[in-house]
Amino acid sequence: MTLTATTPAVANRSWLRPGPFALTLPALLLLTLLFMLPLLRLFSLSFEGGDFGWYEKALTGGLYTAILYRTFEIAGIVTFFSLIIGYPVAFLLATTTPIWRAIGFAFVMLPLWTSVLVRTYAWMVLLGRNGILNRVLIDSGMLDTPLSLLNSRLAVILGMIHVMLPFMILPIYSALMRIDPDLPKAARGLGASATRILTTIYLPLTLRGIIAGVTLVFVVSLGFYITPALLGGGKVMMFAMVIEQQVREFLAWNFAGALSVILLALTLMMFWLLNQGVARHLRD
Amino acid sequence: MKWQGRQRGAGTGRILLRVACGLIFAFLMLPLLVLFPISFSSGSYLRFPPPGFSLKWYERYFNDSTWIDATYQSLQVGAATTVLALLIGIPLAFGLVRGRFRGRALIENGISAPIIVPHIVLSIAIYGLFSRLGLIGEWYGIAVAHTVLALPFVVIVLLSGLRDFDTSLELAARGLGAGPIDAARTVTLPILAPSVYSAAFLAFITSFDELVVAMFISGANMTLPKKMFDSIMSEIEPTVAAVSAMQIVLISALLLLGTWLRRPITAPLLR
Amino acid sequence: MNNDRVLSASQRSGRLQVDAASKRFGHVTALSEVSLSVAAGEFVTILGPSGSGKTTLLKVIAGFETADFGRVLIDHADITELDPAQRNIGMVFQNYALFPHMSVARNVAYPLTMRGMPKADIATRVNQALDMVELGNLAERLPKQLSGGQQQRVALARATVFQPRLLLLDEPFGALDRKLREQMQIEVRRLQRRLGLTTLFITHDQEEALVMSDRIAVMDKGRVLQVGPPNEIYEAPANPFVADFIGESNMFAGMVEANGGNLVRVRLEQGPAIEVAGRADLSARPGQKVLVMVRPERFVDLAVDPNSARANRIDGRVTESAYIGVSDKYRVVTPEGIDVLIRLPSGPSHRRYSAGEPIAAGFHAADARLIAVQ
Repeated sequence: MTLTATTPAVANRSWLRPGPFALTLPALLLLTLLFMLPLLRLFSLSFEGGDFGWYEKALTGGLYTAILYRTFEIAGIVTFFSLIIGYPVAFLLATTTPIWRAIGFAFVMLPLWTSVLVRTYAWMVLLGRNGILNRVLIDSGMLDTPLSLLNSRLAVILGMIHVMLPFMILPIYSALMRIDPDLPKAARGLGASATRILTTIYLPLTLRGIIAGVTLVFVVSLGFYITPALLGGGKVMMFAMVIEQQVREFLAWNFAGALSVILLALTLMMFWLLNQGVARHLRD
Repeated sequence: MKWQGRQRGAGTGRILLRVACGLIFAFLMLPLLVLFPISFSSGSYLRFPPPGFSLKWYERYFNDSTWIDATYQSLQVGAATTVLALLIGIPLAFGLVRGRFRGRALIENGISAPIIVPHIVLSIAIYGLFSRLGLIGEWYGIAVAHTVLALPFVVIVLLSGLRDFDTSLELAARGLGAGPIDAARTVTLPILAPSVYSAAFLAFITSFDELVVAMFISGANMTLPKKMFDSIMSEIEPTVAAVSAMQIVLISALLLLGTWLRRPITAPLLR
Repeated sequence: MNNDRVLSASQRSGRLQVDAASKRFGHVTALSEVSLSVAAGEFVTILGPSGSGKTTLLKVIAGFETADFGRVLIDHADITELDPAQRNIGMVFQNYALFPHMSVARNVAYPLTMRGMPKADIATRVNQALDMVELGNLAERLPKQLSGGQQQRVALARATVFQPRLLLLDEPFGALDRKLREQMQIEVRRLQRRLGLTTLFITHDQEEALVMSDRIAVMDKGRVLQVGPPNEIYEAPANPFVADFIGESNMFAGMVEANGGNLVRVRLEQGPAIEVAGRADLSARPGQKVLVMVRPERFVDLAVDPNSARANRIDGRVTESAYIGVSDKYRVVTPEGIDVLIRLPSGPSHRRYSAGEPIAAGFHAADARLIAVQ
């Protein structure tokens, strides 16, 4: 039987553990000093003179807003095509045999781990007047004179898609792998065609992954510098290039600051919008 | 029911998918493959097909002290970034997973901030700060800046590894008589090793490949990406192709090594 | 030197005592003044539904949680604040917690390695332990190469190889199929008796508890509701929860009409009166509200055996019937609207009823247990 407690109860021993928080301090310190501080400094520079003068300069006159618009346009195109191209790849990877999956992954991972610079340079080689594409087209007789593919919007978009594709594929692949493999089988047994299975099972269930990929690709594309700079050759200006130019060439810190804040604000807004879109949709 | 039709339909759909993906894979790989013949070209321009076979661009790289210095600088910075990112990231990940304190979710979400902030913006911000502090051109400055960029990736990988970690294993070890250090040494770390390797790999790659920040703050002591960028902008000779080709080979070797050792470098990313 | 069959209680197994342990997690009370004592070599099962606090109790005893109030003692030594590594308690986790990166042999050797035993001795002990669970030939395998049952036995070997004073098992058989589970139940009990190990076993499966235990402690919502040997828990549940949790039972609500000492007449809510055995420890005053518990298998088919001296009789209509192999289960509704669950033996000498048929069944007053309503 149970023993009656003849011994007095000991005092309350529960206490919080302060330890785990301390583990985060070095990271917080680093981020404060080398992330928040520089950004805040830039932010304050943009308000030099105590007013919105630099913002005015950026937002009126049409020049910079046009570039901003074009940047959004390119980011949107890149995101769209990355999704269209990336989803089938993710789908194939998720539904194929392990061996083919490993091989497929190599095709996705190798570009991912190669630096953006190397990949962009490769596109320069590929699309140049004497590059492979032109060579093939001319030698096969389809063209007489080489296409001027470089230094164009097309080149920039192609290059950016190439860079962004793995970022779209991976989240979608993750989401696909999380789907219960019995679901499509059940749907099939209930009479659904392959297309319907795609639209009613796979797409809804991978929505989170799609949103993650879209958000990542769009947000990174907005602030992209290297690929537009090299493949656009100065003819295709994306907003990041404008900022770089202001700093390097003109040492216009205040203006660059204002431009940066605008870009950052828009990026955060897009990020919030895309994420909120998910939340609202999922709640339905 | 048109079962026949559906079966066949599923078959052709699958084939179409495979063909499409084949094309996409070609799209992904082709640019990289293109660099190899160019790097062995005997001609000075980016001409295809290359006029002849030559190793001179590789020679140019190895004999040019600026290229070698830049490589060394990148390796140094990369190593420092890796160490720093792990030293800061590992405790952070443990704190986030094992701890229960206010603001934990905030910190976890906030860690991704460096990824969301446009790269160029962060770069000029750091440039501005560093030039005031006179840190331009110092390799440790670059390393610290790179650590900020690498940290989110390191933390993401470690978090997923830690979250998959079965804490009852640690409890079992303690109950069987292991002190906290012994338990960490014999159970926790060996099992977490793959995640740590992945995180280290990611941190190194992030730093080694990074251009925009380095563009501004590496000053006279260029990193390899900066040197490559300058080379691309100023000259058309394909030394860069040789450097790029070597990088691709190195990465491929590392990936192969990873899969051969069964350390799925990519697996912790896919969460 | 080490003959496992020689039991010396003071040397080997400990006497466990938990004094009024309480534990809260935020707003949730996991343990509320839980007291329990387990004699050396005894096998006690903690039985309860999910959330009853049984795992928390186990963690407090093992040292992975510290009670807010109360104490834990082994052999009269207070170990409440002691580090788990120093408690010398063997534990088998629900998911076995075998170290995936170590072989079976290294897993079992782990506690001995941590205690700094010389390598040769470790090897001998590990072999002994593995032989005892009949896994001697799998010493070099990795856990993931073993079946669930085999992993279980490795976990057992690892938990006992260092001769702990107490063995804790946290719902270890959950992942096994029925046959394997029954096999393991027997094996664990055999091992435990052979080693004379004081053992605390956690489960939510009441059949398992009844089969394996010397005593059962039933828990719910952080409290120990009743402790006793299996037959006592089954036949004489102290309160409605225990009665309902163990086995199936009919619970009739009613009011005491007359108390004749040995027999108590209870008028059920729905109208009829039944005679129930009186309880010395329960003063059933007329007018007092009570519950009467009757186990389904205590009913007798009066059509088959009309002359049995059964004090209580129910006449009703079968609404559902189920064939379970060992017995036939019926849901019967009386004209007054009382819903009764009856189990009758099945077989050639017994009648089988189908839904809609009338049935008359009876039960002894002694088979009806009075349960107080708080």
